[in-house]
Amino acid sequence: MNASTQAVALPQLAPAQRAIGLIGSDLTEKSLRLHLEGLPGVDAVGLEQRAAGLGTRSIKTTSKAWALDTIIRLIDLTTLEGADTPGKVRSLVAKAMNPDPSDTSTPRVAAVCVYGDMVPYATEALGASHGDPDAGLISVAAVATAFPSGRASLPVKLADTADAVANGADEIDMVIDRGAFLAGNYGLVFDQIVAVKEACRREDGSYAHLKVILETGELNTYDNVRRASWLAILAGGDFIKTSTGKVAPAATLPVTLLMLEVVRDWHRLTGERIGVKPAGGIRTSKDAIKYLVTVAETAGEEWLTPHLFRFGASSLLNDVLLQRQKLTTGRYSGPDYVTID
Amino acid sequence: MSPHLAVPKTYKLYIGGKFPRSESGRTYEVLTKKGAFLANASLASRKDARDAVVAARSAQPGWAAATAYNRGQVLYRIAELLEGRRDQFVDEVIVTEGLSKAAATKQVDTAIDAWVWYAGWADKYVQVAGNGNPVSGPYFNLSTPEPTGVVAIIAPQASDTPGGNSLLGLVSVIAPAILTGNTVVVVASQSAPLAAVSLAEVLATSDVPGGVVNILTGSPAEMAPWLAGHADVNALDLAGAESLDWVDLQVTAADTLKRVLAPEHGVPAPSLERIVALTETKTVWHTKSLI
Amino acid sequence: MTDALTGHSVKQASFLDYAPAPESTSILHLKKSYGLFIDGAFVKGHGTPFKTISPATEVTIAEIANANAKDVDAAVAAARKAYDRTWSKLSGADRGKYLFRIARLVQERARELAVAESLDNGKPIKESRDVDVPLVAAWFFYYAGWADKLDYAGLGPNPKALGVAAQVIPWNFPLLMLAWKIAPALAAGNTVVIKPAETTSLSALLFAEILQQADLPAGVVNIVTGAGDTGEALVNHPDVNKVAFTGSTAVGRAIAKSIAGSGKKLTLELGGKAANIVFDDAPLDQAVEGIVNGIFFNQGHVCCAGSRLLVQENVHEEVVDRLKNRLSTLRLGDPLDKNTDIGAINSREQLERIRELSDIGEKEGAQRWTAPCAIPEKGFWFAPTIFDNVSTSSTIAREEIFGPVLSVLTFRTPAEAIAKANNTPYGLSAGIWSDKGSKILAVADQLRAGVIWANTFNRFDPASPFGGYKESGYGREGGRQGLTAYLSGAGWSAK
Repeated sequence: MNASTQAVALPQLAPAQRAIGLIGSDLTEKSLRLHLEGLPGVDAVGLEQRAAGLGTRSIKTTSKAWALDTIIRLIDLTTLEGADTPGKVRSLVAKAMNPDPSDTSTPRVAAVCVYGDMVPYATEALGASHGDPDAGLISVAAVATAFPSGRASLPVKLADTADAVANGADEIDMVIDRGAFLAGNYGLVFDQIVAVKEACRREDGSYAHLKVILETGELNTYDNVRRASWLAILAGGDFIKTSTGKVAPAATLPVTLLMLEVVRDWHRLTGERIGVKPAGGIRTSKDAIKYLVTVAETAGEEWLTPHLFRFGASSLLNDVLLQRQKLTTGRYSGPDYVTID
Repeated sequence: MSPHLAVPKTYKLYIGGKFPRSESGRTYEVLTKKGAFLANASLASRKDARDAVVAARSAQPGWAAATAYNRGQVLYRIAELLEGRRDQFVDEVIVTEGLSKAAATKQVDTAIDAWVWYAGWADKYVQVAGNGNPVSGPYFNLSTPEPTGVVAIIAPQASDTPGGNSLLGLVSVIAPAILTGNTVVVVASQSAPLAAVSLAEVLATSDVPGGVVNILTGSPAEMAPWLAGHADVNALDLAGAESLDWVDLQVTAADTLKRVLAPEHGVPAPSLERIVALTETKTVWHTKSLI
Repeated sequence: MTDALTGHSVKQASFLDYAPAPESTSILHLKKSYGLFIDGAFVKGHGTPFKTISPATEVTIAEIANANAKDVDAAVAAARKAYDRTWSKLSGADRGKYLFRIARLVQERARELAVAESLDNGKPIKESRDVDVPLVAAWFFYYAGWADKLDYAGLGPNPKALGVAAQVIPWNFPLLMLAWKIAPALAAGNTVVIKPAETTSLSALLFAEILQQADLPAGVVNIVTGAGDTGEALVNHPDVNKVAFTGSTAVGRAIAKSIAGSGKKLTLELGGKAANIVFDDAPLDQAVEGIVNGIFFNQGHVCCAGSRLLVQENVHEEVVDRLKNRLSTLRLGDPLDKNTDIGAINSREQLERIRELSDIGEKEGAQRWTAPCAIPEKGFWFAPTIFDNVSTSSTIAREEIFGPVLSVLTFRTPAEAIAKANNTPYGLSAGIWSDKGSKILAVADQLRAGVIWANTFNRFDPASPFGGYKESGYGREGGRQGLTAYLSGAGWSAK
């Protein structure tokens, strides 16, 4: 950089490692914008056709059993209601720990996902089962940053995050400021993610996993989804997540495919693996299997682990259990044979 | 004062906007209907035909790229110039075809009117012959005709058409071909080439770029097989090939799958079909989406 | 485990080793042998019958009658009689109703037709089921509605049918090509004698059963099976008025020569060597899908296949890299399996040709890359193949391979892309990939090809005219233009 450009130096963005690695140390609103706008465009029709094509794959019976168990292992079992109570959360946790009382071979879900103030009830209910899903334990994910709208000041968002982490949340599902994104203030969105990531830091120096919710239904266009996905990764997100579940459309297969293409490209570029979480709107095993196929054919089968792929869902679990019972018994099951949480 | 001694015209070929003699150096005698000597016209060779195809090919992209409105105006301008030389054309038709003044005048007037009719199509034929297609799916889909490229034409030959054809025949095959953006190599009426050379003079002084229309005089029987076989010719209009071995020409043209218009008895009537026959329909698809 | 050639990991037991998910053949009730369909009935042929096999297993499916000149005579006579006595006397509305009936029957028997097609042709069931057969029904539906609206075809008032149409179709889309030929011919009021390709007669003969169910008057459609000599006898028959051919440029040229001067109206859909142009501002992931669909759809047995990938030099490596990754997920195998992406090559003869041209490509110095996939022991197969660093003068950049083989060339500017795309005697189709509208439209303007797909590829629709420039043939199929190929009109003249 020569002296004359330094004289008009633009305000620097927060020095996130990934962004500096890719864009360079001159990390400004402008350089970030140039990078994001330089990404290849997305042709919606082609993307949707590819997603539809992936949706027609049919997997074999042995794979289906594996797929159903995998779906359960990848679920963030979620309750995000204004009416959530300690009792509701305990009931959710019970379901997470023992999804099908009639079949103890049923795996556990990856995490329960609750509002920040419900985290203590979740951790308490989990007890010894609280921990890393890779070890067969269950994580606690908390939505934060003025979920679902994200319309609050940064200090409030950071406090919301730090509070959840302090309460024992292993994962933070933050929302980006869609208003800022749509207004073109990419730097603001970026800086906020970096700040929230920092707020995920625990006293021992480790970090809660950060899932960045793009709310793709509000970003509206696929080009925006691609840019927001890159932005979230550059700012330090561990996961990119489609939706809050409070806005329609929530997760769709084409949007998830697109986000998987981004993490695949990021991996090609850097060797680093980022997670993807479609959330909202996935209610049937059949749909969920389409997502598994899409993950496997786009990013690769190695993504089918709780650290790299999650379903944000509530009613999906029971449909998977019904299908699982059908596979085990050979007969179609019914809703009275699975528990409600 | 002695009477004005006439200055006879040298009748040459029209290739690439220039008026060369045949590279072969050959000429042939053009006679009146009664057999009197009129002129020595150039007897074009296969090499002249080849040069004409090269000229036509190099002029084609530019002519096709001109706006349709512009092509229409340029063509209309030809009609204005024809009108200005009306008496000359009438005289040439009379001497070469042996027609009455009334019949010759009618032929020239019909030719001028046909030219005006065709000129008006330049910016309309795409609308009439093209279409938007309601395909099933999120696609924009539009079919439009565009020029086929270089067209070799055997102009109507026999003068036994009622009302004659030495100018009208030419107009009837050249105008529908070039209005869309094709360029042409025309073999004129062998026995009555004077109007063809005068038309070339009109074209040369108009805004039609050199090479868009190339006019050869001489023997259609000699040149047609070379044009039919030329790989850089896209279409072959056999309008005036009735007395030639035109089946053989079609067979030859099939080597590169040229579009072929069959021989016609007399002068082809002005028609949209003639325009469209020398075009290609191109269909363009594009995806449509809001997001 | 890693494949030595590609560096890609080859999964052994993966959840993506999808189930063999064969479409049941129980829906299909085939006869042991099929006759010719002449004058509304199946009759024996006078030639020596031949066997049709499944190219995926080389197992015989059925025996097919072989029509000789005498049989062709009988078929043309039946068509002529039907034209004179029945079909030309019917109202357009009634002709349309027959076509609507046919469309419905095709829909009703769609799965059966798809299975037959995949069995006989080797194409993946997901293509015959989701593309070919639905388009067949759509084609009849579309043209059914034209039958009583011929005045609006653009040929002036009251256009006339031509008479008896002789139609010869290829093996790559057996039933779909039949529909492309028969639907507009009947709508316009012609009667038909059609010859399916020797290796793929089966679906046409099932279609004959549909015609019987539709109660189509005898002789309106006649189907003669056989090889090249049957087709030759048909197109050269003195009593046919129209010839329509889809197939190779060599045969198309021979037909154009043999019927020169006969006055038969001719339309030809011939070969292609389409350029699929990828600019650096393309939606890359979709472009990769489009490249895959462009050349690997139907094993590349597509005249409009995007067999020449023209990629802008500054994104060449990235595109080829993504393409190879994507190809590694393609599944080659049993055409009747719902997960199959790449089916069988239609015949041993075609397989030999693909091999021969690919070997030439390698000898001429292009870099060959083959997708890692297991090839079944029986049957005719060719793994998806890319040739990189191909030059415009290479044989594989000029000749139609008609197989799953992609030649990759580069360009630097739009003008160079256009020049390279047009640098072929063919002119059937082309693809353009860019996010910049003005560039797409300008490039589309200058490409010398009859069908241009922008940010998509290999889309077909009965309302959309299809056909080529230059040596890719003449005439259009589909849309209003496809109808006029079967009509003659007084025209709109200046008078």
